[in-house]
Amino acid sequence: MSTAKNSDFLLEIKDLKKYYPVRGGFFRKKIGDVKAVDNISLELKKGETFGLVGESGCGKSTAGRTITRLFKPSDGKILFEGRDITNIRGRELRNIRQDIQMVFQDPYASLNPKMMVGSIVSEPLVNYGRGSEGKLKEEVMNLLTKVGLPEDAYYKYPHEFSGGQRQRIGIARALALKPKLIVADEPVSALDVSVQSQVLNLLKSLQKEFDLTLLFIAHDLSVVKHMSDRIGVMYLGNLVEVADADEIYRNPKHPYTKALISAIPQPDPRNKSKRIILSGDVPSPQNPPKGCPFHPRCPEAMPECSEKRPLLKEVNNNHRASCLLYE
Amino acid sequence: MSNNEKLLEIKNLHTGFDIEGKTYHAVKDVSFDVKSKEVVCVVGESGCGKSVMSLSIMDLLPKHNGKIDKGQILFQGKDLVPLNTKEMNSIRGKDISMIFQEPMTALNPVLTIGFQMDEVLINHTKLKIEDIRKKSISLLKQVGISRGEQIVHEYPHQLSGGMRQRVVIAMAIACQPKLLIADEPTTALDVTVQAQILELIQNIQEEVGMAVLMITHDLGVVAEMADRVVVMYAGQVVEESDVDRIFYNPQHPYTKALLNSIPRLEEEQEELNTIKGIVPSLKNMPLEGCRFVDRCPEAMPECKKITPRLGETEEGHSVRCILYDASRPKSEGEVRL
Ligand SMILES: Nc1ncnc2c1ncn2[C@@H]1O[C@H](COP(=O)(O)OP(=O)(O)OP(=O)(O)O)[C@@H](O)[C@H]1O
Ligand SMILES: Nc1ncnc2c1ncn2[C@@H]1O[C@H](COP(=O)(O)OP(=O)(O)OP(=O)(O)O)[C@@H](O)[C@H]1O
Ligand code: SF4
Ligand SMILES: [Mg+2]
Ligand SMILES: [Mg+2]
Repeated sequence: MSTAKNSDFLLEIKDLKKYYPVRGGFFRKKIGDVKAVDNISLELKKGETFGLVGESGCGKSTAGRTITRLFKPSDGKILFEGRDITNIRGRELRNIRQDIQMVFQDPYASLNPKMMVGSIVSEPLVNYGRGSEGKLKEEVMNLLTKVGLPEDAYYKYPHEFSGGQRQRIGIARALALKPKLIVADEPVSALDVSVQSQVLNLLKSLQKEFDLTLLFIAHDLSVVKHMSDRIGVMYLGNLVEVADADEIYRNPKHPYTKALISAIPQPDPRNKSKRIILSGDVPSPQNPPKGCPFHPRCPEAMPECSEKRPLLKEVNNNHRASCLLYE
Repeated sequence: MSNNEKLLEIKNLHTGFDIEGKTYHAVKDVSFDVKSKEVVCVVGESGCGKSVMSLSIMDLLPKHNGKIDKGQILFQGKDLVPLNTKEMNSIRGKDISMIFQEPMTALNPVLTIGFQMDEVLINHTKLKIEDIRKKSISLLKQVGISRGEQIVHEYPHQLSGGMRQRVVIAMAIACQPKLLIADEPTTALDVTVQAQILELIQNIQEEVGMAVLMITHDLGVVAEMADRVVVMYAGQVVEESDVDRIFYNPQHPYTKALLNSIPRLEEEQEELNTIKGIVPSLKNMPLEGCRFVDRCPEAMPECKKITPRLGETEEGHSVRCILYDASRPKSEGEVRL
């Protein structure tokens, strides 16, 4: 392993791409690509929560799964603790998975209904030969308590729990191996607000306690802002803006980020802010527009926006945006 | 207040489902009204009976196990509950329209958009046949679809989710209904598309002068849209008032807790306030006492015994909580929050 020069960074992603092949015709020949992740570069500092936000289909889940190497990247580089994990396979990949865990959106689908909660949470420990025989159960009980479940949850099955509790089970499982990085893909999107706040508080306190680095994916900017130190905004497979959470909200640069923020209905009837209403629909990632991916809908588009592709560039201290207005 | 100003009055509505031979009430004693040209939002978490309530109004409950057990639904003073299917059909889609969360529930995947829109107009208006298509296209324009001439020849799957919801709205307003019931019309949509649809509903509401009964779980949407708000919990109305008082002077502990538990963009909060526990399921609903008791931060011993009534605490503000029940004797040193 290299002695990482950027030792502050747990994870570095450079020009990451993930394309899904589109097949058609009689011979199921490849006829195109869904450019689900077209270009993402970012770094996660140790111990930070980085929020990835964007609308449906912009590639958040694909990005999350490619970063955790559940998927093989189409192009680009992924460095974990300075080590290139872009193309590792087999035993190496298996080993790295101990350090990188995922929590999924759907607490109903992501847990095996036939397994006892105790087995679900201990499975990763058993798989990696961690946690000694006698201690295993104690360890799992500890984890269950940590995530706020009663100890007798150990002997129950997922269907006996509510959505919020199932999400806690998923979190306990992800924590079992004491990973360095957790990628949480819409962990609260399926939950009611009153339960959502319980799970968000839990994630935040665990992140502190275990000094976790957290990649928090969601489509709800209020939730992402509450959770994150820094935020990246995605549009059509591209990262279009990155900044500190507060900065992105107070001082958005990219026209898409501005529209996104203005579109969020605020729970305050005395403060009906002006919405920026975007025209048109999100283009298909199979056939993204030339130039800036946002130009067909951008209220600030200039003639060159349909020709030239903007790059993610520093526009302020620690504030990057990809928009020709700032080039 | 003159009575004819009330367009819809729901009185003591009880809607039950037969499950394993027993009746469980998903809507239990719901009363509120909608005045003409008013936007009323019904807000509450999943399973609290919002959809069952709106399906009850439209007579769209599943026939095999759901039915209205008690109560009245007065529309322009006339009770809809005893009406037969034929009588309801003449009201549904004409005086009262409904749109759903998933626009595909209202669209037939194998028929063109134009065909489906024309059909609504043929059934409910006296337009001449040669004018029908023109009207369909102009309705599409009204909901912001400029390529109406082409869209009428397309099928639902060729449109995006936001476009489909626009088409459904166009169909719903085709006959200039007096009341539009919208059950989570933007929940399946992205926020930027949601903003388009909410603005559309607001514009049409003002233009046409219809009343809107909008169902949502999003307090942001409520603040944006509502004149008045009905907060539901576990099948009951727990608080009802104008939008300003719901947000600035909430009284029911559930309303307060709900408002406190949402992350707010403009604020830095280390920790969010939470509501402990979860909504009880239909089968686990407390039979007496307050249905919120196990989660309520202000619960008192008698909350388990006394079933609170929905009562006015001030003009135009009703709450279902014994903290506000005037008939309850006050204990010493009690503070009203
Ligand atoms: N296995 C797949 N094969 C082909 N295309 C896919 C596949 N998975 C996702 N896509 C497409 O890739 C794009 C990005 O999808 P992805 O699920 O990453 O988006 P997302 O931002 O997570 O969306 P959501 O908010 O809806 O979860 C979408 O256009 C999607 O249809
Ligand atoms: N057809 C049915 N048979 C039995 N129970 C039902 C049926 N439809 C709804 N229920 C129950 O009635 C209760 C209220 O459901 P309803 O769909 O009205 O909730 P809601 O407030 O609309 O929730 P959501 O926000 O999830 O849409 C729930 O407990 C639900 O399980
Ligand atoms: S590059 Fe042009 S089209 Fe893209 S966001 Fe900036 S101004 Fe808009
Ligand atoms: Mg996703
Ligand atoms: Mg519903």
